[in-house]
Amino acid sequence: MTTVTKEPGDSGAAGGDAFLSVRDLHVSFKTEDGIVRAVNGLSFDLQRGRTLGIVGESGSGKSVTNLTILGLHNPMFTTIDGEILLDGQELITARESELEKLRGNKAAMIFQDPLTALSPYYTVGRQIAEPFMKHTGASKKAAWERAVEMLGKVGIPHPKERAKDYPHQFSGGMRQRAMIAMALVCNPDLLIADEPTTALDVTVQAQILDLLKDLQQEFGSAIVFITHDLGVIADMADDIMVMYAGGAVERGTVDEVLRAPQHPYTWGLLNSMPRLGSDLGTPLTPIPGTPPSLLNPPSGCRFHPRCTYQGEVGGARCVDEPPLLPPGRGGACHLTAEQKQTIFIEQIKPRLR
Amino acid sequence: MKEEVVTKDEATVPAARGAAAEASGEPLLVVDKLVKHFPVKGGFPIRRTVGAVQAVDGIDLTVHVGESFGLVGESGCGKSTTGRLITRLLEPTSGKISYRGQDISHASRKQLAPIRSEIQMIFQDPYSSLNPRQTVGKIISGPMEINDINPAGGREKRVRELLEIVGLNPEHFNRFPHEFSGGQRQRIGVARALALEPKLIVADEPVSALDVSIQAQVVNLLQQVQKDLGIAFLFIAHDLAVVRHFSQRVAVMYLGKIIEVGDRDSIYARPRHPYTHALLSAVPEVNLDGDEEAQRERIRLAGDVPSPISPPSGCRFRTRCWKATEKCATEEPPLVRISGNGPGHLTACHFPEEPTTGARDEDIVLDPALAALEETEG
Repeated sequence: MTTVTKEPGDSGAAGGDAFLSVRDLHVSFKTEDGIVRAVNGLSFDLQRGRTLGIVGESGSGKSVTNLTILGLHNPMFTTIDGEILLDGQELITARESELEKLRGNKAAMIFQDPLTALSPYYTVGRQIAEPFMKHTGASKKAAWERAVEMLGKVGIPHPKERAKDYPHQFSGGMRQRAMIAMALVCNPDLLIADEPTTALDVTVQAQILDLLKDLQQEFGSAIVFITHDLGVIADMADDIMVMYAGGAVERGTVDEVLRAPQHPYTWGLLNSMPRLGSDLGTPLTPIPGTPPSLLNPPSGCRFHPRCTYQGEVGGARCVDEPPLLPPGRGGACHLTAEQKQTIFIEQIKPRLR
Repeated sequence: MKEEVVTKDEATVPAARGAAAEASGEPLLVVDKLVKHFPVKGGFPIRRTVGAVQAVDGIDLTVHVGESFGLVGESGCGKSTTGRLITRLLEPTSGKISYRGQDISHASRKQLAPIRSEIQMIFQDPYSSLNPRQTVGKIISGPMEINDINPAGGREKRVRELLEIVGLNPEHFNRFPHEFSGGQRQRIGVARALALEPKLIVADEPVSALDVSIQAQVVNLLQQVQKDLGIAFLFIAHDLAVVRHFSQRVAVMYLGKIIEVGDRDSIYARPRHPYTHALLSAVPEVNLDGDEEAQRERIRLAGDVPSPISPPSGCRFRTRCWKATEKCATEEPPLVRISGNGPGHLTACHFPEEPTTGARDEDIVLDPALAALEETEG
C-alpha cells in the first residue's frame, strides 16, 4: 500500500519500509517564455517488489518526476526542491559521482523509444555489457557472456549471434527487449519504465508487458510504470497514482482507483476511453477543454476549469483553495465523501457499461 | 458542384439525408484486387530493382454510402497505403478502384478533379498536416478556391459555418495553427475535409496523436459528422477499441492482406481468424467489474510481424500461428464466408478458431521467453 504523510519530517517513520519515497517534490524549468512548474508538491512511496503505475496525459509531469529520480535533468535550467530517498539515500542533494554509481545499477530506466535510446554506434551486446562491467567490475569476457545470457532471457532468438548486431538490425519489439535486458543486467532494485510499450504494436505490447511482469517476479524489483493508457496500467500495476498538471490528484490500489474512483478527472478519463467491452449505445463523454499550460496554471484546484462538479462544492473554494491529497487512498477534491459516492454511483458508473 | 453546396440549416440538420443514404446500402467505393508494391533499389554502379515491399497485396473491400468502415491492423500491414491508394495519393500497381461505378484506379489528374472533391482525407498528425504560414480561414477555404466553389454568402461565411460545425469559435478564422492545441488542430483538419461536402472521408489514424481526454472529443465529433451529414468513412486505426466504437463494419489486415472482414459484432464477438483472436486478446482492458477478465482468452504471439519484402508463402500469418500446418505454407486461404459465419463475415483461414473470445482451458503462449519464465514459476 502507498502510505504518505505530508510533512517531509515524517518521512523517516512513514517511509520506514518504503524503498523509494518522494516527499513534496517541486520541479521547475526556466524557459524563454517563463518558468514552467512541471511538478508541484508531489509525494509518494514505493515498496520493493511492487509496481506503481503513474497515469496522466502529456504535460502532467509524470516523466519529469521520474527523470528527476535518476538526476537526468540539466541543473542549469532546472530547480528541484523536496526530498527523494532511495533505500535511505537522499538523491536530490547527491553528487553526480554518487548518482553515477546508482544509475544502471540500483535504479535503471526503460525509455519509450528504443531506437533513440540505444546508441547506433555500438553493438547491442556491448551496450548491455557496459553497465555490468562498470558496476560489477567484471571482465570484458564475463560481461559479454552476461549480455548474451540477458538477451536470451528476454527472448531474443540466437542471442549469441544477435549480441553482435547493431540496434538498426533489430525490429521494434526486439529493440525494446534489448533495452529491458540492459536495464536488468545489474539486477536493479528499482526499474523506471517510461511508456515502454507506447511505440509498439498491440500484440508485441502484450508480449513485453507479460515479460516485464514475469521478470519482476524473478528479479523482485520495484517498478514505476508510466503510461497514459489506463488499460496498460490495469494490467501492470499494484497501485495507481493519477497525475494532472504537475500534481497527483488520486491514488490507491488498482481496484480502488478503477472500480471506485474518487476524483472528477479520473471519472473523466474512464468515461472518455472506449473499451472493447463497453456498451455501444452510450457515446463517449469527453472531458471538456484542454489540459492547462504549466507556465500559468489555474489557481486553486488545477482541474477546476474543466470540472463539471465545481457547482456541487459551492462558493469559490475550487478556484481559491488547492485541495489536498489525503495520505494513502484518496483523491484531491473538495467534494465530500458522500457527494463523490453519489455522483460516481448515479452519474459515472451507469456510463461505464 | 455549385448546387451541391448546402446552406447552414441543411448542414446542421440534414439528418433526413443521412438516414436516407444509410438505408440505401448501395456501394460507394469498390476496391478489387488492389496491389501496391514499392520497388526496392540496390546494386552498384547501376541501381536496379532488387525486390519489392509488398505493402498492399490484393485486397477487396466495399464501402457503402453513408457507412463507416474500419480498417485495423498493426504497423506495416498496409492500412495507410490502402487509404492513400483510395485517395489516389499513390498510384496502384494493379487492381481496380471504382468510385460510384467509375474506374479511378489510373485516372488522370483531370479526370480525377471532380472526384477529388468528393473523397477527402483527415491525417494523423495535426501538427504537420496544417500549413503553419496560413490562417485557419485560408486553410479551410483552400479546397474551395482550388475547385472554384463560391458558396452563397461567400467563402468566409462558409468557413465560419464549418468552424461552428466542428466546435471551434467562428471568430478564430484569422488565427494561425500554432495558436491552437492538438485537439483543436484536428478539428481544423476535419473542417477542411468537410469544406467540399465530400461523400467519403478517409481518416488515417485521426485520433492516435491526441491525449485520451481529447481523443473522445474528436471521436464524438467525427461520429456526429458521419451521422448528420451522411458521409461514408474509411476509418484507419490501430486502436481496436476506437474502431469498434466508430465503425459498423471492420476489416482486419495483416501484411498487405485482409484476413477477416465483417460487421462489428462478427469481428469483435465472433472472430474466426487466429490473428483476430490474438489481436483482441492483446488489447489491455480496464477490468471494471472484477470477473470479466477471467473470461477473456490469453494469446501471446512470438516475435514481430515478418518483413513485407519477403512475406511468408501461403497464409501470411502462418509463421506466428499456433495452428499452422503444411497446407498453410503451400496454399493461400481465400477470403470467403466459412461455415458458421454470418452473412458478410469473411475469413481467410484453413483452420478457423471457434467464434468466441472467451478464456480457453489453456493460454496460448508462443513467445519462448515468456513460456520459459512461466514454466519455472508454474
